Amino acid sequence: MTEPALALPVVTTSSAAAAEPRVSVRSLDAYFGATRAVRDATVDFNEGQVTAIIGPSGCGKSTLLRCINRMHETVPTARVEGEVMLDGGDIYARGVNAIAVRRRIGMVFQRPTPFPTMSIRDNVVAGLKADGRRAPSRTEQDEIAEWALRRAALWDEVKDRLRASATALSGGQQQRLCIARALATKPRVLLLDEPTASLDPLSTQKVEELVYELRGEVTIVMVTHNMQQAARVSDRTAFMLNGELVEVAPTSRLFTTPADERTEAYITGRFG
Amino acid sequence: MVGLTVVAAVLATLPLLFILGLLIQKGASSLTWDFFTAMPKPVGETGGGMANAMMGTVMLIAIASAIGLPVGIGAGLYLAEHRGTKLAFMVRFLSDVLNGLPSIVVGIFAWQFLVRPVRHFSALAGGIALAAMMIPLVTRATEEMIHLVPSSLREAALALGYPRWRTSLTIVLRTALPGIVTGALVAVARIAGETAPLLFTAFGNQFWSTSVNEPISALPIQIFSYAISPYDEWHSLAWAGALVLLALVLVISLVARFATRSRFGRGHD
Repeated sequence: MTEPALALPVVTTSSAAAAEPRVSVRSLDAYFGATRAVRDATVDFNEGQVTAIIGPSGCGKSTLLRCINRMHETVPTARVEGEVMLDGGDIYARGVNAIAVRRRIGMVFQRPTPFPTMSIRDNVVAGLKADGRRAPSRTEQDEIAEWALRRAALWDEVKDRLRASATALSGGQQQRLCIARALATKPRVLLLDEPTASLDPLSTQKVEELVYELRGEVTIVMVTHNMQQAARVSDRTAFMLNGELVEVAPTSRLFTTPADERTEAYITGRFG
Repeated sequence: MVGLTVVAAVLATLPLLFILGLLIQKGASSLTWDFFTAMPKPVGETGGGMANAMMGTVMLIAIASAIGLPVGIGAGLYLAEHRGTKLAFMVRFLSDVLNGLPSIVVGIFAWQFLVRPVRHFSALAGGIALAAMMIPLVTRATEEMIHLVPSSLREAALALGYPRWRTSLTIVLRTALPGIVTGALVAVARIAGETAPLLFTAFGNQFWSTSVNEPISALPIQIFSYAISPYDEWHSLAWAGALVLLALVLVISLVARFATRSRFGRGHD
């Protein structure tokens, strides 16, 4: 076979042996109108692991990600067929509330999305007030904000200006703020949609280190167009092409001995 | 070419400067303390003011805002959040038509449906007529301001588990609020000087009134009736009234401009 153009991944796969699926996607089709953006995808995302989804632009990787927390259906004409099992239940089953599903899963987007009218502290706890009824007390909120900001490796940079506007932060800080906001509700699953696409190299490195540290506690699914990033931070990698899930394998294996020739062609840079 | 556009730009501001100059020249002398605090005097007596008209203008603006702001902001929110629907298309079109409607037509309409059935003029009818003029302005301003809110914020809130309505109110509307306030103030400035919708509705009143069920005076009506009167004394009061009205609109516009400046925090892209 052709020698991969990439450095070998640094991730150890010791945790992969005992891995249990936390999220299981079963025969999932996602549509925009008549267009089928994801075709018959079946994949497990294991407990406490980082799974990267790679593939060329428009291959459906973000769409697949957005099916996991039922964000796909917020787009007009979009619909989903198939199952996504979370904690043993299908989130697309009749009677399951999409809003309740989204509260159990954190999500971070390509561009930082701090709420511009809120302070740093209020941004972090925004998810706790999502349903309006069970908002914790102010001191509890302060504790949760500190806990989440520490986990997002942002606490030391913002602890003296928690009441300041979140939009005054740098792009990289804003993105870590968004990660803190997603973590504050203590989700078991975290979805990252190209979280470093708009960041400079240093900020990218911080976010990658963060993802690396959060593994074990949170099940992470990360879409990225950057193969080196997938190799650096993920335990398992899924490769998508034209809406089809071509191959899912432990990252070290996918990048060294891919089973499918399309995967090999992609990771060796012959297209995409 | 640049020279011509400069000339055009200066010409565009000349009317306001001339009007301001004329109003100050003709009206400033009548602008005494009495003008703001005293009631109109009968014909033949000197002095007197427009306290009742100013109170009337404040009341009419309050009634119009109480109706026009919630309806306009709600409609704008609907138009922005449901762009593609048939209803949105219709509402947007009709709102533009209403915006272009001559104000005298709005006045006649209000007279037909609000004054004739109850057989008396009222502040309420005037306020509703002004609200009808205000709603399309507020609707379109709200829609445009909400459009400036990045859709990524809406997505972020939905992904946190915010219901759609809560996302609209606490994230989208809240982010667009400074711009909406500006739009609302511009609408208030616009209706504050409207005369035609009030002629057959609020009608005018020489006496002090704060009742919504009775005819009420307003600065534009008072100016109109004084200006067409044959008395010099009343003419100069009309000039002073016009000056006050202009100053009111100017102040509201300045406040609106100030509110715009703080729209969105730094570092927003």
